[in-house]
Amino acid sequence: MLLNIKNLHIEIEGKEIIKGLNLGINKGEIHAIMGPNGTGKSTLAYAIAGREGYEITKGEIIYKGENILDWEPDKRANEGIFMGFQYPVEIPGVSMTNFMRTALNAKREYRNEEPLTGKEFLAKMEEKKKLVEIHSKLTSRSVNEGFSGGEKKKNEIFQMALLEPTLAVLDETDSGLDIDALKIVANGVNMMKNENNAFLIITHYQRLLNYIVPDFVHVLYDGKIVKSGGKKLAEQLEEHGYEWIKEEFERVS
Amino acid sequence: MDTVADNISLKEKFEKQFEEHKKDLFSRDTKTVAEYRTKGFESFRQMGFPHKRMENWRNTDLSKVLDMDYNQNLIPAQEEVDVQDLFECKVHDFDTEISSLLNGWYVYSDAPLRKLPDGTILGSLAKAMEEYPELVDRYYGKAFKLEQNGFTAMNTAFAQDGVFIYVPDNVKVAKPIQMINIINKNENIFIQNRNLVILGRNAELSLVHCDDSINHHVSFTNSLTEAIVKENAKLDHYKLQNLNNNSTLINSSFFDLEKDSRLTTNAISLNGGLIRNNIHVSLNGENGAADIFGVFLMDRDQHVDNQVFVDHKVPNCYSNELFKGILDDQASGVFNGHIMVRRDAQKTNAYQNNKNLLLTDDAKMHTKPFLEIYADDVKCSHGATVGQLDDDAMFYLKARGINADKARVLLMYAFAAEVIQKITIEPLRIRIDDMVKRRLRGELSVCEKCVLHCSEPEKEIQFDIDLSKI
Repeated sequence: MLLNIKNLHIEIEGKEIIKGLNLGINKGEIHAIMGPNGTGKSTLAYAIAGREGYEITKGEIIYKGENILDWEPDKRANEGIFMGFQYPVEIPGVSMTNFMRTALNAKREYRNEEPLTGKEFLAKMEEKKKLVEIHSKLTSRSVNEGFSGGEKKKNEIFQMALLEPTLAVLDETDSGLDIDALKIVANGVNMMKNENNAFLIITHYQRLLNYIVPDFVHVLYDGKIVKSGGKKLAEQLEEHGYEWIKEEFERVS
Repeated sequence: MDTVADNISLKEKFEKQFEEHKKDLFSRDTKTVAEYRTKGFESFRQMGFPHKRMENWRNTDLSKVLDMDYNQNLIPAQEEVDVQDLFECKVHDFDTEISSLLNGWYVYSDAPLRKLPDGTILGSLAKAMEEYPELVDRYYGKAFKLEQNGFTAMNTAFAQDGVFIYVPDNVKVAKPIQMINIINKNENIFIQNRNLVILGRNAELSLVHCDDSINHHVSFTNSLTEAIVKENAKLDHYKLQNLNNNSTLINSSFFDLEKDSRLTTNAISLNGGLIRNNIHVSLNGENGAADIFGVFLMDRDQHVDNQVFVDHKVPNCYSNELFKGILDDQASGVFNGHIMVRRDAQKTNAYQNNKNLLLTDDAKMHTKPFLEIYADDVKCSHGATVGQLDDDAMFYLKARGINADKARVLLMYAFAAEVIQKITIEPLRIRIDDMVKRRLRGELSVCEKCVLHCSEPEKEIQFDIDLSKI
């Protein structure tokens, strides 16, 4: 199993957000996590990526057979975990090119590989730009600075394409996208998908799943996965909303 | 070496030296310069050194550095070092006219004062007083009042040499002129040099002013530059400061801007024990425009102080200040920006901004933006921020595999880049960009040779100053 989350509990500033979450992901799979706002979807993404301030009070996150809770975020990234941000950060003064070259070479250094030359890097960047249909001018600008919402999300997919992760966690990458941008995001995932990597797609709406076919759909509610199923579950959620899940959950507890 | 009990003693010592060396001090003066020297000495005698009880010096404490003993070279000494050895470096693709001061005295291989093919005069101020006394007299000492500041008064009393640049009307100087002040002395030295820069009508000049130390000895530099920018002339000015931790640098620059003239000045402080930049811009004619930038990167016990005074005297002028600083360890900084908009200066546009990053809890920044406005139809703004590195940005970089150290450097660099990107001379921008990166990575110590020295030969930036140009 590529990722195995066992009985995970997470607190932020003393408040428990994730309350015993279990999730297993194998290579070659696409999982979708859906759920109403405020149920801990982003918290889960941040915890996998290793953000400070997310206190794991119980449970473990096993990735490639190792408990990664002590790993710094950069180590997780270099081991193949990628997080696509819901709100990508603007960094004025750092060009996209410089940013991505630094990131790629950090990964190569981590693997004891020679850094890419400028020429090799540029060639790679051109190739990936085509893959995600990113406008060529974006890479000469500062990271996310002045990008539209759609451009920022496409930029996340572009970074994912360059870094070629083993596990990609996309946190509401579809929110705020028009249909064309949504297709580009979905297309990026579909082109990158292979038997050696996996995707965890966090989304509030079902519409991204019209373009990316998940193997599993999970519903996160009140800090736990309360229902899992196939693509059909997503359609049910789209049709009936989350109310029936909430009712079912309240009844059980 | 004598230890002087307090700075009163240093003052007394210098007063005594003035009397003893009067003959040398006045020996090269023009009539005007001699008059200023006498007045300057009188003002210095009355005022002495500035101290912490003075409003403008509240956050910059000179008592420690003035507590040491210094020697002044009031007679040009035969330097025992090989001049060629000092200036062996040069920025690749950065072809400049070089003018150099060693311990405050002009050094040269051919002539102390040269006339470039376009008519520009470049060289030693002492020599210019001899060859062009009327030019010197017309502009020397006009930009400020002696009784305002102990250091400017003292410089006027003691300075005997420096760089003189005269650009005639309508001349656009093709190559940037580089002024390099190098300190290399095996004793505590007090240096006072005086630079005079005159741009005639419609003239254009890029001037790169480097302050640099060679060794780790204690030094105190009190440098003063007067720049007169005549009608429709354009001055692009850069100050690069890379001195050792035992050095004190008081750098006063006075810019007089006439009608339709443009000034860009950029103070880049990379290293230094104590640096104080006094930048004084006077907008004397309509449609004058001044961009006043600065960036400083200080760590350990270093201290930097930028004092900027912009005087809008007439209508329709523009000024824009942007100073950015990064302070690490116990470093401290001061920014005092003062914009004066006089009653007649209607339609003034004046902006001021100081942003700072503090990397530790012990680093300190005192910032005081200040507008004084007497006209009623103006656009002015000021702002100041003091903050830490952005956590969200740090995490974003780490989430892409970049470790904490590299992420910090990237973000600090990004912060400084806003000012660096304003450097219009491309090879200089690339060079400074590289120096800033190395400074942030902790790789740039004080250069052994000179400020634009490159210690990594594999890099494409190579340094070899052709001494025939000096």
